Amino acid sequence: MKFRFKLCVIFSLCTVLLLTGCSAIVLNPKGIVGQKENQLIIDAILLMLIVVVPVIFMTFVFAWKYRASNKKAEYAPKWHHSNAIEVFVWGIPIMIILVLATITWRTTHELDPYKPLHVPGVEPINVQVIALDWKWLFIYPEQNIASVNMVEFPVNVPVHFVLTSGDTPMNAFHIPQLGTQIYAMAGMTTHLHLIADEAGDYFGRAVNINGQGFSGMQFVARAASMSEFNAWVEKVKKNSVSLDINTFKQLSKPSENNPVTTYSSVADHLFDNLVMSFMMPGMDLDGSHNHNTASASKPE
Amino acid sequence: MIEHILGKLDLSAIPFDEPPAMIAGGGMVVGAIAVVILITYLRKWKWLWTEWLTSVDHKKIGIMYILVALVMLLRGFADAMLMRAQQAVSVGSAHGFLPPSHYDQIFTAHGVIMIFFMAMPIMVGLMNIVVPLQIGARDVAFPFLNSVSFWLFVVGVILVMLSLIVGEFGRTGWLAYPPLSETQFSPGVGVDYYLWSLQISGIGTLLTGVNFFVTIIKMRCPGMTLMRMPIFTWTALCTNILIIIAFPILTVTLGMLALDRYLDFHFFSNSFGGNQMLYVNLIWAWGHPEVYILVLPAFGIFSEVVSTYCQKRLFGYTTMVYATACITILSFIVWLHHFFTMGAGANVNAFFGIATMVISIPTGVKIFNWLFTMYRGRVHFTAPMYWTLGFIVTFSIGGMTGVLLAVPGADFLLHNSLFLIAHFHNVIIGGVVFGYIAGITYWFPKATGIKLNEALGKASFWCWLVGFYFAFIPLYILGFMGATRRLSHYDAATGWHPYFVIALVGALIIFAGIGFMVLQIGTSILWRKKNMDTTGDPWNGRTLEWDTASPPPFYNFAHIPHVHSVEPHWDHKQALLNAEKHPARVESKRAYEPIHMPKNTGVGVMIGIFGFFLGFALIWDIWWLVIASGLAIFASVAYRSFDYDIDYYVTVEEIEKIENEISNRKRA
Repeated sequence: MKFRFKLCVIFSLCTVLLLTGCSAIVLNPKGIVGQKENQLIIDAILLMLIVVVPVIFMTFVFAWKYRASNKKAEYAPKWHHSNAIEVFVWGIPIMIILVLATITWRTTHELDPYKPLHVPGVEPINVQVIALDWKWLFIYPEQNIASVNMVEFPVNVPVHFVLTSGDTPMNAFHIPQLGTQIYAMAGMTTHLHLIADEAGDYFGRAVNINGQGFSGMQFVARAASMSEFNAWVEKVKKNSVSLDINTFKQLSKPSENNPVTTYSSVADHLFDNLVMSFMMPGMDLDGSHNHNTASASKPE
Repeated sequence: MIEHILGKLDLSAIPFDEPPAMIAGGGMVVGAIAVVILITYLRKWKWLWTEWLTSVDHKKIGIMYILVALVMLLRGFADAMLMRAQQAVSVGSAHGFLPPSHYDQIFTAHGVIMIFFMAMPIMVGLMNIVVPLQIGARDVAFPFLNSVSFWLFVVGVILVMLSLIVGEFGRTGWLAYPPLSETQFSPGVGVDYYLWSLQISGIGTLLTGVNFFVTIIKMRCPGMTLMRMPIFTWTALCTNILIIIAFPILTVTLGMLALDRYLDFHFFSNSFGGNQMLYVNLIWAWGHPEVYILVLPAFGIFSEVVSTYCQKRLFGYTTMVYATACITILSFIVWLHHFFTMGAGANVNAFFGIATMVISIPTGVKIFNWLFTMYRGRVHFTAPMYWTLGFIVTFSIGGMTGVLLAVPGADFLLHNSLFLIAHFHNVIIGGVVFGYIAGITYWFPKATGIKLNEALGKASFWCWLVGFYFAFIPLYILGFMGATRRLSHYDAATGWHPYFVIALVGALIIFAGIGFMVLQIGTSILWRKKNMDTTGDPWNGRTLEWDTASPPPFYNFAHIPHVHSVEPHWDHKQALLNAEKHPARVESKRAYEPIHMPKNTGVGVMIGIFGFFLGFALIWDIWWLVIASGLAIFASVAYRSFDYDIDYYVTVEEIEKIENEISNRKRA
């Protein structure tokens, strides 16, 4: 009876843990990527509990049953080997890891951040993300607009993020409720495909320490209906400020807790030229090769 | 002129404008002065110099390692309290008491200190005290090198502590990822303190690895085949193999970062072909084995403790050895799991994820083996056994969250979150720290002759255990809520605040646990007359270290033991029991022979002092001092190389005198 009671306690504790998790944001996903990842987390935990719960249970039972004061318990001081138990203690973990490894292989390919998400009849939207000290710049190449610390996209439309970084420390980009995060690094591009299946404002932020303004380097990810999104694009296009190269260089200077800003147009190939500029010293952001302007753009 | 003499150093290096740093630094200086005054007042300098600082005795070096490490535990824990307090109050419009510039130094220092200057030295200290005794040796293979290792470690400690009051520490996180750690983004001396304290102490660690590897391979007593070595010695052997392979990677990686910072190289910079991903790969190629360098000896300790306090032979010795060897090898092919979200392809991520979870198989086997050692045993609920039981439960949970993070799809979501922080504290506290405290309690009488107070030890255990769950379960939940690590401030709308408050309460409970630990060690030493171990074998032990006195004479064993089984001391005791029934089989007393021992030397201390000047001068660009102290180190090594008066023979009379004293103590 006593042991059964303990088992109940352990199980209810685990359930409480999972339930508290359910109200939490990560386990309250708003897109297929996040949903699959949350399901994966729950599956993996349940699978591992097959070993972990008996281990914890056995710890209590063995410690109690074979306590030194219990002289009635069997005592076999020389007993130290049993083929049956060896098979069991190697076999059970191997079986569980075999199952988990299969799941891992499948889900790692399925959830690969580089893999495009397909929604029949819907074209994905492209967003270029540049991490700057300490704000996020989003460029919409098709719409030719840009925004700082706010990214808006239509609901149920796959979003293809291409990420890089200005001349800043290593960054990482995460919208917890939509799923996967990815690093953003200078001179390199990374890719991330996400989708939202419910309209709303989701918080996103930098998740890799990058200095003074790290805590405030947050943004809003707004999933809106297609018409709202189009209206937003139109509104931004009417904005007078455009993101030319000088504005970008101004923006690149370190600043903290930037307000949401939008730009009605973007300098041609800004994203690609930024990536290339780290690989080709002397190249400016407009694509020209001029050593004087290059040294001005990258303070050493 | 002045910059040639003092380099970058001037009065502005002292952070008068940062009250917390000044208070902590001031306290440290006052404490150091108090210790100096106390030693002078007690006229103990000569004793300290001849008996301890210049000692090459592995037991004394081990005790010094652990003593320094416990002091650093207090420092590292103070950092932890500051972080917990800051995050508990810095919400919404409130910004707490630590600006990011200071908060970032604190979490960096906390990580560096806890891994390099708390966990590593306790591990090395226990290895020092126990391994030569367990293999029936009289010292390590290279006693002088052992002293050098210790003093290089002390240099690292002093540099880290000095950064509190002269200059600053890194603000980069404990692994100093570039480009943040490059001069462009960290122009101050913080990263330089980080680099040189780790480089100098890291050389010490590498020397320790070589030293103990050779000791275990070459210095086992007659009859002790590899498969008769105690499990702790086995884990120590595997750990030292890991050190020998992994630490050079750390040295090279930090060396490349130093070249970037000092000579404007571009290994890891943003432009001119630098590649930050290269650093991340290299540092984790060292960093992941490092985790096993720490935890394998803890596994060894649990094996010894379980077997001793269950009064039963360890279940599955051979399995344990192979499981340890498996982990040793696998630990080198999993490093990429620390950055699944860096854009590697699905095949690469899946490979490293699966390789990581494969490690949980031998680890799981070990846990089952400890459980089956209790099965059909006689479990004595001593403090080390409490730590072991707490470990099995806590570590199982930590292992589970670890395997979860090894699934790339889960890691995509949980990486860089507080879930990750909760996981590795779960395995480091629940595995490494619990293990080391169990080990310190278990071998304390062997090293000092004094048994630690049981009640205070158990009080400490309960505080640590309960405090751990209060401090880190909220962090798991916060991770699920999307809370990022290393934030010095967050919005009220996140709903994180209550969990951070609970975590602070947990940290305070752990603080009580550390208080009980200090009280336990302090009072046990103070009232040592009551707690003496005169038998040499207070726990009815099984391996060779319990065969000699507590504390052992400096030569460990008057006669080098001959071993015929895995548990020579236990079998010897059984044979004596039989001998009482059959008196004819009592061994006749053998005559003593002169014992060859190393002489104490101050060269290790000298290399340490010059090493400190070298590190300090490199940090502050004092180039004349770099050259002078470099030459001084070279001269010290050269002097030692040509010194042939380094050993002597202990006479038979002295051995007889010491052994008589020991047997008198036993009879009394």
